[in-house]
Amino acid sequence: MDLDINGVRHSVQSDPERRLLYVLRDELDLTGTKYGCGEGQCGACTVLLDDAPIRSCLTPLSAALGKKITTIEGLERKGKLHPVQEAFMDVDVMQCGYCNSGMIMSAVALLQRKPVPAEAEIRSALQGNLCRCGTYPRILEAVHLAARMANGAQHD
Amino acid sequence: MIDFEHPEFEQPGFERAGFEPERYELHAAPLYSFVPDRRDFLKLLGGGLVVLVALPGAKAQESGSGRGGVGVPQDIGAWLHIAESGAITVYTGKVEMGQNIRTSLTQAVAEELRTTPTQISLVMGDTMLTPYDRGTFGSMTTPQMAPQLHRAAAAAREMLLDLAAEEWQQGKSALTIADGAVRNTSGATLSFGELTKGRKLTKTIAADALVTSASEWTIAGRDLKKVNARAIVTGQEKFISDIRLPGMMYGRVVRPPAFQASLASADAQAARAIPGVVAVRDGDFVGVACDDSSKLDRAAAAIKTEWKTVPQTNSRELYGYLKSHPSRGGTAVQWQPVDSGKSIEASYNVAYIAHTPLEPRAAVARWKDDQLTVWTGTQVPFGVRSELAQAFGVPEDHVRVIASATGSGYGGKHTGECAVEAARLAKAAGKPVKLMWTREEEFTWAYFRPAGVIDIRSGALDDGTITSWQFHNYNSGNAAIRSPYNIPNQIAEFHAADSPLRQGSYRGLAASANHFARESHMDELAHAIGMEPAAFRLKNASDPRLRAVLEASTERFRWGSAKTRPNRGFGLMAGFDKGGYISCCVEITVNNGKVTVDRVVQAFECGAIVNPEQLRNLITGSIVQGLGGALTEAIEFDNGRITNPHLAQYRVPRFADVPQIEVVMLDRKDLPPAGAGETPIVGVAPAIANAIFDAAGKRIRSMPLRLS
Repeated sequence: MDLDINGVRHSVQSDPERRLLYVLRDELDLTGTKYGCGEGQCGACTVLLDDAPIRSCLTPLSAALGKKITTIEGLERKGKLHPVQEAFMDVDVMQCGYCNSGMIMSAVALLQRKPVPAEAEIRSALQGNLCRCGTYPRILEAVHLAARMANGAQHD
Repeated sequence: MIDFEHPEFEQPGFERAGFEPERYELHAAPLYSFVPDRRDFLKLLGGGLVVLVALPGAKAQESGSGRGGVGVPQDIGAWLHIAESGAITVYTGKVEMGQNIRTSLTQAVAEELRTTPTQISLVMGDTMLTPYDRGTFGSMTTPQMAPQLHRAAAAAREMLLDLAAEEWQQGKSALTIADGAVRNTSGATLSFGELTKGRKLTKTIAADALVTSASEWTIAGRDLKKVNARAIVTGQEKFISDIRLPGMMYGRVVRPPAFQASLASADAQAARAIPGVVAVRDGDFVGVACDDSSKLDRAAAAIKTEWKTVPQTNSRELYGYLKSHPSRGGTAVQWQPVDSGKSIEASYNVAYIAHTPLEPRAAVARWKDDQLTVWTGTQVPFGVRSELAQAFGVPEDHVRVIASATGSGYGGKHTGECAVEAARLAKAAGKPVKLMWTREEEFTWAYFRPAGVIDIRSGALDDGTITSWQFHNYNSGNAAIRSPYNIPNQIAEFHAADSPLRQGSYRGLAASANHFARESHMDELAHAIGMEPAAFRLKNASDPRLRAVLEASTERFRWGSAKTRPNRGFGLMAGFDKGGYISCCVEITVNNGKVTVDRVVQAFECGAIVNPEQLRNLITGSIVQGLGGALTEAIEFDNGRITNPHLAQYRVPRFADVPQIEVVMLDRKDLPPAGAGETPIVGVAPAIANAIFDAAGKRIRSMPLRLS
């Protein structure tokens, strides 16, 4: 089976019912996508499937065939980070950082859909992503900042 | 001497209560701590300059230019190496779990060496490379390890200045040090690398060497962003569960259906028939290792097991159970009469909760002959080394534990069960094995924050003076058990019980339970004598630091403002633990029996602030995490089974639950810094309980707080 991951074609031999998360992590060593619960409840495994955020721990491989898969490793373009990644660093969001990959992917999907989201829209889009260190207020701040950065607004 | 004893803890009323060892954090140091490689290791470091910090009790000695005869004292807290390239490496047994000590400790070293943080790297929590450390808990890194690193770096700075003075034949006092180089009066510079080139210097310093005082800090005391942030946001940071070794297999443990079950029979024939699967039975341990993670479910399910179970209690009967099952040697409760003033009594409950780290326990184990290396997420790498040595009957010096980055712990990753399981599977497989616990395993087979019952009897005069305070805590622990208010002859006792569930450390330990009960009860007592709750606390608080946080939080909150709607409520608390003073005010709304937290204002003071933004982040995070224990989290169990072991059933705080949070940080540059990763969590629960009473007239005495 051929998978299009971060613009690169990968051939994998696997049961089509196998969940995408384990293929990414264990077969392709793309470990930026995290296991948190295996039940679609924490968002740590979020990746984009044709720009839509999905829980890779619940998504069978068959559902990803023929679609564009984007993982946290695929956001950086020619050494330049995605505005959401930049903003997470600027705001100094992270404590343990384990939730960051999934958070960032959910936020990237939101900003693609809604370039300048309201606070309530950010909360709602990220409601399925857990941060046990409780950095939610900084994540909100970072997503606002990323929206401003992506829209070319000045920031410091 | 090193700052093990802060003078401010000697105030009347505290009786050092906050520093009694917490029973759930007691981990006996191993009987022997073999470090056979230390001298070899010092040689391995190569040339340059090494500073070792001797802990109090160890004889500090000057060893000068160490050619071979380096005397390494037994008790070394940390060491620092400046290589001939000028690279600065610090070795400490502490572990980074998101509390950002990699950053704050880097700042300590950068401060003293007058250099940029990027020149410094830290080797942490590796039992082969770092000095013995009891563990990363109890908010001890900042008060204990940071001063050691300050001292090591300060000593290294003086050595560099001596070297430069010798080189230039110039007085040391005329030299300056900045940006990784020493400069003389004529403007010539020598980089750290140039100074250490061809040298082999070792110095052991006492723990009381001179350091820069907090009021003169230029790097410490300021914001510094997380040093490994880029790796995290790009997914490159390797957490334990991301580690992959050549030829590595994947493990899974076959669990019993209930706690205390024993294995009656196991048949692994069908599992072994699957190619690439190794099945293990050893005592009550049953597990599989697979060459491909896709086989794990099938292989584990293919093992037929039968277990013998024993009847056990349940969460509905928990609180009665704890009071009626004292541990052996427990003390009996003796109530005293209240002689003067109004007297009240109340009983408070606190549920078991789970740490729920986003990365469940994980370990990668590799045997080479009888040498074992385990990468695992733990706050106590040396303790886990002992567990492994004991489990496999090998000497401790055959075991290396590397505590790499982990998706946090919150007090929940002290023990090494996952490491032992991975090592057992690896031993049978003859290959490295990675074992990642599932979320359900993490909810079931880890340990919990202790549940507890706290009974209080108190008395107060009409003018607000507290005349009696009797506080009995069953099972939850003794952290912050004593009241910080002025109460002569207060009684505060902890009564150990036989916990029906496995329990252990949790962020803040029993300080959450004890503050919940105490500060709820302070409100009840204030209402009983008809006194305003903030005024009642101030009336009984003489410690200026306690008063300062109380005044700071109420001022920012505008405590005393009128309610805008009848179903609104205001509540507050104040307290002290582990060197930190806290006061929290909340505003809530009660709607149809549902509590919404609208606003939290929390003041916190922990001596001199090391990194303001990281501290703010830790305090804010603690408030958010504390909302879970306050409102929604409770482990439910029945007959040896956890009945809500999934995130869909066990609600932890999410974005929708986050109120407006305002943090007021008081910076006391005149006091040594204390840790801040724990105490900020104790505020929200009692403040919310008091606000619920204010809004709905109902006193909820059980955590989590549920109105219906």
